[in-house]
Amino acid sequence: MNRSVDALRATFGPAIGRALESCGDTIVYVGREALRDVMAWLRDTPQQTYDYLVDITAVEYRDRERPLEVVYILRSLTRRTDLRVKVELDPQGDLTIDSVVSLWRGADWLEREVYDMFGITFRGHPDLRRILMWETYAEGHPLRKDFPLRGRFSRAEQVRQALAAQPEAHYSLEELSIAAAYEELPADMKERLRRGERGRLPDSE
Amino acid sequence: MKRVIESKEVAGQSPNYLLAKLQDLVDWAVNSSRANSLWPMPFGTACCAIEFMATAASRYDFARFGMERQAFSPRQADVLICAGRLPFKLAPVIRRIYDQMPQPKWVISMGACASTGGIFDNYAMVQGIDTIVPVDVYVPGCPPRPEGLLYGVLLLHKKIKGESLFDRVPRRDEQPLDDRGLRLPPEQIDEISEPFGNSIHQFRSA
Repeated sequence: MNRSVDALRATFGPAIGRALESCGDTIVYVGREALRDVMAWLRDTPQQTYDYLVDITAVEYRDRERPLEVVYILRSLTRRTDLRVKVELDPQGDLTIDSVVSLWRGADWLEREVYDMFGITFRGHPDLRRILMWETYAEGHPLRKDFPLRGRFSRAEQVRQALAAQPEAHYSLEELSIAAAYEELPADMKERLRRGERGRLPDSE
Repeated sequence: MKRVIESKEVAGQSPNYLLAKLQDLVDWAVNSSRANSLWPMPFGTACCAIEFMATAASRYDFARFGMERQAFSPRQADVLICAGRLPFKLAPVIRRIYDQMPQPKWVISMGACASTGGIFDNYAMVQGIDTIVPVDVYVPGCPPRPEGLLYGVLLLHKKIKGESLFDRVPRRDEQPLDDRGLRLPPEQIDEISEPFGNSIHQFRSA
C-alpha cells in the first residue's frame, strides 16, 4: 500500500474514502468536494510530489447500483511512485466535478475527452467542448451504458448531421479566429467569437 | 480521307457509320489518355493506407499503370482512393475533397471498412462511403493485398475505357447533395447501412 494514503487520511480525514491495492497499484477513493484540494496537496507537498498526471478517465459499470467513477492516474517522476485517485459519482445525479487543469495543464484535453464520452462536467475548465465527436453532436455521450451501440438516430440522420457539420468546427475558437475560414463558420461559433469568448476576431487587429 | 471513304470496307455504308467510327477514335484516344495516367488522391485513414503505400512502393509499383504522380491536392487528382475506415467526423472532409476534384473523377473504395463499415458497426463509423460519395470500384479485403488494389485499378481502367464522350446521358455530371444534404434518399442509406454478418445479433435498442 502506498504510504501517501496514510498521509492523506491524516491531512484530510473523512474526505478520504476506502483504499485498496490492485496489481501493485494503490487506489484511493476521494470525496467529490475535496478533490481539488487533495490533488493540489498531492502535487505540492514535498513528500508527495505527484508532478505528472498520466491520465484521466471514467468508468461506468454494467451493474446499475455501482457508481460512476472518475479515475485520475498520478505519477511522481522524482519518487517513481504511482497513485490512482478515484471519485465516485451517482450516474443519475449531478455529474459535476472540479477541474484540475489549473494544477496540470495536460488535464485540458483529458477532461474534454471524459466530458465528451461520459457527460461529466468539469467545473473551472477553460474550454470544455467535445473533443472526439464534433461540436454539434446531439446523440449524447457514447461511452455511457445507456447509449445504444449504433447511436440513437437512424443511419440516414447520422449521415445528414455529419455532412452538415463544418470541418472547421473541430478547431478551437483561438485557432479559428486567425483562420481564413472565419466567414464560413456556423452562426453560433461566430457569435461566440464576437462575444470574445476565446481568441480574437479577424478584423479586430 | 478520300481513299478511306472509297475503300471497300466503308463504301456503301451510311454516313453515320463513318461518324460513329470517328467518335470511337476520339473516345479511344481520350479514354486511353485518362485511364493510363490516373493521378490518385490517397485518402488513407487506417491500415489499408499501409497496403496502399506498399502498392505505391517499388515492389508492386502502381506507377506501372500510369499512377506515377500521387496528387496530395484534390485539385490535381483524378481518382480518390479511400483507404481505411471513415468516421462520421471525416464525412464532410471526404465530401469536400470529392467536390474539389475536377471532372472527370473516380472513386475507389479500398477495403471492408470503406466499402461497408466492416467490423465497426457502431455510432462513430460511416457504413460505406457510398452513402457520401459515388464509388466506382470496391476493393474487398481487410486490408486488401497490393495485388487486390492493383486489380481494382485495372478494373477502373476497364470502366474508363468503356465510357464515351458522346453519350446522350451525361454520365460524369457533378452530383451535388440534395436539399436534405444527402447524396442518396434516406431509406437507401438506411438499407445500405443495415447490419449484416455477425452483427445481425445486435439491435439498435440494445
